[in-house]
Amino acid sequence: MSNVATTDPATTPVEAFVQLEQNGVELMPLRKAGLARFSETGYPTLRDEDWRFTNVKPLTELPFRPVTSPFDQTPGLEQLGEVTFGCLDADRLVFVDGHFKADLSQIADQSSGVTVSNLAHFEGELGSLSGGDDNPFVALNDAFFTDGAVIQIGDGQHLAKPVHLLFVTMAGEDGEAAHVRNWIVAGANSHGTIIESHLSLGQAATVTNVVTETRVGNGANVEHVKFQDQSAKAFHLASLHSELGRDARYAFHSIALGARLSRNNLRLRLAQPGTECVLNGLYMTRGQQLADHHMIVDHAAPHCDSHEYFNGLLDDQSRGVFHGRILVQPGAQKTNAKQTNKNLLLSDDATANTKPQLEIYADDVKCTHGATVGELDADAVFYLRTRGLDACTARRMLMHGFAGEIVERIRHDAAREELDALVWNRLEAKHQLD
Amino acid sequence: MRADTDTIDEFVASDYKYGFVTDIESESLKPGLGEEAVRFISAKKNEPEWLLEWRMKALRHWEKLECPTWPHVKYPPIDFQAISYYSAPKKKGDGPKSLDEVDPKLLETYEKLGVPLHERARLAGVAVDAVFDSESIGTTFKEDLAKAGVVFCSISEAVQEHPELVRKYLGTVVPYTDNFYATLNSAVFSDGSFVYIPKGTRCPMELSTYFRINAANTGQFERTLIVAEEGSHVSYLEGCTAPMRDENQLHAAVVELVALDNADIKYSTVQNWYPGDEEGRGGIYNFVTKRGICRTNAKISWTQVETGSAITWKYPSVILQGDNSVGEFYSVALTNKAQQADTGTKMVHLGKHTRSTIVSKGISAGRGQNSYRGLVQVGKKAANARNYSQCDSLLIGDRCGAHTFPYIEVKNTTANIEHEATTSKIGEDQIFYCNQRGLETQDAVNMIVNGFCKEVFRELPMEFAVEAQKLLDVSLEGSVG
Repeated sequence: MSNVATTDPATTPVEAFVQLEQNGVELMPLRKAGLARFSETGYPTLRDEDWRFTNVKPLTELPFRPVTSPFDQTPGLEQLGEVTFGCLDADRLVFVDGHFKADLSQIADQSSGVTVSNLAHFEGELGSLSGGDDNPFVALNDAFFTDGAVIQIGDGQHLAKPVHLLFVTMAGEDGEAAHVRNWIVAGANSHGTIIESHLSLGQAATVTNVVTETRVGNGANVEHVKFQDQSAKAFHLASLHSELGRDARYAFHSIALGARLSRNNLRLRLAQPGTECVLNGLYMTRGQQLADHHMIVDHAAPHCDSHEYFNGLLDDQSRGVFHGRILVQPGAQKTNAKQTNKNLLLSDDATANTKPQLEIYADDVKCTHGATVGELDADAVFYLRTRGLDACTARRMLMHGFAGEIVERIRHDAAREELDALVWNRLEAKHQLD
Repeated sequence: MRADTDTIDEFVASDYKYGFVTDIESESLKPGLGEEAVRFISAKKNEPEWLLEWRMKALRHWEKLECPTWPHVKYPPIDFQAISYYSAPKKKGDGPKSLDEVDPKLLETYEKLGVPLHERARLAGVAVDAVFDSESIGTTFKEDLAKAGVVFCSISEAVQEHPELVRKYLGTVVPYTDNFYATLNSAVFSDGSFVYIPKGTRCPMELSTYFRINAANTGQFERTLIVAEEGSHVSYLEGCTAPMRDENQLHAAVVELVALDNADIKYSTVQNWYPGDEEGRGGIYNFVTKRGICRTNAKISWTQVETGSAITWKYPSVILQGDNSVGEFYSVALTNKAQQADTGTKMVHLGKHTRSTIVSKGISAGRGQNSYRGLVQVGKKAANARNYSQCDSLLIGDRCGAHTFPYIEVKNTTANIEHEATTSKIGEDQIFYCNQRGLETQDAVNMIVNGFCKEVFRELPMEFAVEAQKLLDVSLEGSVG
């Protein structure tokens, strides 16, 4: 049985969609609107300011077929145990090629005010946070999303265990696309930890396009770890839209290690006073990889803090792209915003592109940004050598420190330790090869 | 906050003292852009065939371009057919042969502006080329400079007298295809300055050009070309003013600098075009392309103090092509009333061991919007490139904006790039401290702002630094923060 819509490989997503509609499938307005938007914009090109350094042409040349029916053969549970976070004590929702796998998932009894499930026929307010975005991939997701997670934490409730969302691509053919949609609402004074991981079990050039909408209520405290380690041929496009309520605490960590091309669009809106948000990211690329983080932190209310820390280690011919914009709206006084992007180039062929931007319309604010690109600090290497370390060990130590700086901001102990070990091993493996 | 707002309003209303109009008969081309206008300008200047051809190529290319929309500024679309592309004071007979024959009204204008054209110039020791609308009206100290072998004249004159030099370098740094406004300038440029410093020469005095827009409904399109031969050194200053008018006027200039091996060019600008009124009516649209190229061991340093213009849109850049070359950019940009500025620099590192420094200070007051936009690019072969960028913004009042858009593109591991930016307002504790020491609040603000800009003013030639500081004091009058 074929797991892919039986369309002519030459059909575009739009044509496939029209076929579905003709077959009498009832479509929700969000999907129609998404398709209409995409038909208008098409794929972004290098001429779009937001995509200046990230060429999605190789992706658009793929057939880009949405996987419309679930895959029959799924990895056994024993195999899942071996993947990152597979053994983490957590509620787990597993999605294969964008389809929910109930048999692989496990959800313990959460308290009555908490919902953890797959999206299924949930419509809720999908699109209410991502609506204003002109990113063509969000439009595509609106039109084609198959499934995803719904996490709703009631007022004053909390998640007894972290929720682990595991997205696996199995697809064996190039160009198969999984469109995933997540909806997360944390009520007033609630708290919880969400861990999202994206892995591939095949080697094909698959496409993952995920859109996550998060509403963090007044006084809520949410930590979200996103870990992406897909195959070196995969394309990963992610878009996060979060809105923060009064005195909310929100931490988002993005660890991007895999995929030929990964793009994380992060859109944060600090809608009420007193919020504090941390965006924290690490990208380690090699070969022909490209890792792109593109964020806009919108300070729409006074007395909010935001901190962005992004570190990149770039090897071989890989490329790291960072775009950060802190937007301070008129009246958002007493804003305290800080943005740093540091890049280590490990090879002469690697490229770093960084655009740390500030857009400020209020006067009583403290905003700083900084960006560095370069080799390891010669003084630091020298210092360690004076302490009796050889040059190679000194460099390794500094590299571990550089990556560790990001990983150690993750508050959830088990997740942090697992990622720490993983990043450590990756760096060591790289060192072995040298 | 109440008191603050009042004083800021006062400050916003402070006067532009160069806003007078000189009543002089001038000869203007009727508005409109096309082959005819370009031919008229070229014929007026008695230009050789190759230059006319070059202008025509630019015009044809321009017709295919669209007006750029990416800068962080807002303005209604410009009707390029409503602008007159040439205006010059009417000449009597054959025109003046020396400054003594220049229309006294013109000289009076420059006298009012404080530009030393006559005997005062001798005391000031600065050679001045004065450009009035589309024409250069006179250059001082020509003979003294000629003794040193330095050529300093208007570009129209250079086309006549040194065509080989102009032909060799014109358009080599900013080609006519470069961007919308540079292409427009290439087609219709009227006048500007030309400087040539021969090999191993240190220019004996500061060179200066003073640009004045007088006529209404005209655009000013000047083109400046500075060539510094191997091992030479020159310092060049530029100043600008315009009358107060309700309609916007376009100023689209191009400046090209060529620094050959071991040469050193220092280019300073104090830009004080009419900024428009507090409602944003009138003022100059200042859309300028400035770029320099550095060969081995050469150095180009841009210093700018931007206090005028309704909209400023300029990115003085350096292409660091030769090994060990150095690029510098020091900028103070002040926006108040409804002024908008989108300014910064591009440092393109191509040679080995190239270094660049960027220091940008933005001050926003009233409803001013001030953006820094800069690019630091390190090519694959630019081993050991070094860049340090610092952009600081100071906000005065709560209706203004300060923005930073840096771009960093690095393709070499040995590069060392740092970018830092801060945004702040004048702290109440700073003011309090000064008050406590017996300083008026206004003086304290001036002092703090001048301290904020010190790093840049230090780079200006002395006379200019004093002027710039005064300009800033005047502009900040009443802005108790």
